[in-house]
Amino acid sequence: MSPLKELIFKRIAFGALTLAVISVLIFVGVELLPGDLAEAVLGQNATPETVAAFRKELKLDLPAHERYLAWLSDFVRGDFGNSLSNGRPIAGLIGWRFANSLFLAATAAAVAVPLSILLGILAALYRNSLFDRTISMVTLTMISFPEFFIAYILIAILSAELGLFPSISNINDQMPLWEKLYAVFLPCATLTMVVTAHMMRQTRASIINILGAPFIEMAKLKGLKRLRVVVVHAFPNALSPVINVVALNLAYLVVGVVIVEVVFVYPGLGQLLVDSVSKRDIPVVQAAGLIFATTYVLLNLLADVLAIISNPRLRNPK
Amino acid sequence: MAFWNLVRRSPWSARIGLAIIALNVFAAIFAPLIAPYGETEIVGDVWAPKSADHLLGTDQLGRDLLTRLIYGARNTIALAFVTTALSFLVGSLCGFFAATLGGWVDMLLSRIMDIIMAFPTLIFALMVLSVVGTSIPAMIVVIALLDSTRVFRLSRAVAMDIEVMEFVEAARLRGEGIWWIMRHEILPNAMPPLVAEFGLRFCFVFLFVASLSFLGLGIQPPTADWGSMVRENAGAITFGIFIPLWPAAAIALLTVGVNLVVDWFLHMASGLKE
Repeated sequence: MSPLKELIFKRIAFGALTLAVISVLIFVGVELLPGDLAEAVLGQNATPETVAAFRKELKLDLPAHERYLAWLSDFVRGDFGNSLSNGRPIAGLIGWRFANSLFLAATAAAVAVPLSILLGILAALYRNSLFDRTISMVTLTMISFPEFFIAYILIAILSAELGLFPSISNINDQMPLWEKLYAVFLPCATLTMVVTAHMMRQTRASIINILGAPFIEMAKLKGLKRLRVVVVHAFPNALSPVINVVALNLAYLVVGVVIVEVVFVYPGLGQLLVDSVSKRDIPVVQAAGLIFATTYVLLNLLADVLAIISNPRLRNPK
Repeated sequence: MAFWNLVRRSPWSARIGLAIIALNVFAAIFAPLIAPYGETEIVGDVWAPKSADHLLGTDQLGRDLLTRLIYGARNTIALAFVTTALSFLVGSLCGFFAATLGGWVDMLLSRIMDIIMAFPTLIFALMVLSVVGTSIPAMIVVIALLDSTRVFRLSRAVAMDIEVMEFVEAARLRGEGIWWIMRHEILPNAMPPLVAEFGLRFCFVFLFVASLSFLGLGIQPPTADWGSMVRENAGAITFGIFIPLWPAAAIALLTVGVNLVVDWFLHMASGLKE
């Protein structure tokens, strides 16, 4: 096997192991609950009948490893069981909410990725200029702010004062695309600001790192034009770290939607997860958590594999 | 006195950071003395505007906002500080162990930490809290354990560099035990990067605690806490009352302050090496 394939294979194997461990942890987490889950969750309503029904619902009467395998195979087939709080199938609760969350994250990514790569390259090329220092101060402040602070500032200015955008983003399938985009403007802007700050700083750092490498100095000393140095020599080497940065931030974005969804009462998976945690609707939490974690792990995996593939030094082994 | 000499030579950004931290710590320690009212005392109308009696107005139950902010500093900062300290205790101890013992201990600890780091932290915390129920001890332990993975990475890397030095070799040959080596040889040399990391981790933990409280899963009412104050007063903002911005701004201000000081510290630490 070529070293490139071997690296990719190892990374995918680690990703698969991580997913397996995560699913076991999520499953065992419920097992480790002190006392009986049924009584803990039912609380005041724990009559013998409700406890028995509850235990059957969660299949607590079977041995642990059988339950784990049954739970996992149901999960893979898209059957997440029933919600404890309203008894409805979880798949029906989750499907459209997850699509909504992905819509929000994708919209934010579509704005944030080009913006932050452009800003990052410009800041790296004109390092220590006024432009670079302003951008770096603004992004540093942005990173220090909690997401909900940025969100409420936007609401205060754009929604409460100017009345331009709705402070509650409610979307449904009947809406045409532009109405949906209008409805998610504020949550999308919040996410974009947070992610752009991170992504732009990392892009800038990795490009500066490459501009300082000996082969760039060599290219400059050969008398090559600045544009040629950047496009032919720096860019292919910068691609790998930049792709990595983008994929990592997409992973961050998918999880970052949780708080923003709560602020804007957006009908997404994050909102459902938080509600279910406070209601202690454990099957819903398990399903939503596993979906979030899987998406996150897969995007991280994608980041690493793309970084390996796009690295010219790994692609052309000696 | 050495500290004052350092401050005198510090850049303006670090001085602002130090001032912000000092203000917050002062408010946290002397909260009962400087707060105009009691923590949960209802003293006026709901969301009353700024006045001489209530400098920042009142909250959703008619409690004085400034008082709540001052007590909030105490609760939020203390909680974040304890959590960060616990995270450092676990993380650096495991990191030093992994580096000095090496072999399978190192392998095992590193793999466990890798897997925990592959899990999105907020989702992990939410899942644990849904199972064990929301309580402050549960929150401290969960966040500290999640955060200790980053401390582990750093302290292991630092300890690896120190571990190969001659003075550690000499201590080994003298027959010193692993505890003695960790305490007297590795810890003092690992201090500067760990102190800077403490600042950064504190910011992270602090924002995490604030986020969980904001989601209603952290500190519970009627205890004053910045994250839950934002949540409880969020409804006001659609009426053009900007009360939730105050606690949110307090969170942001302290984070910026700590970051400024950490930047200065890192700059100094790298300057000393050159």
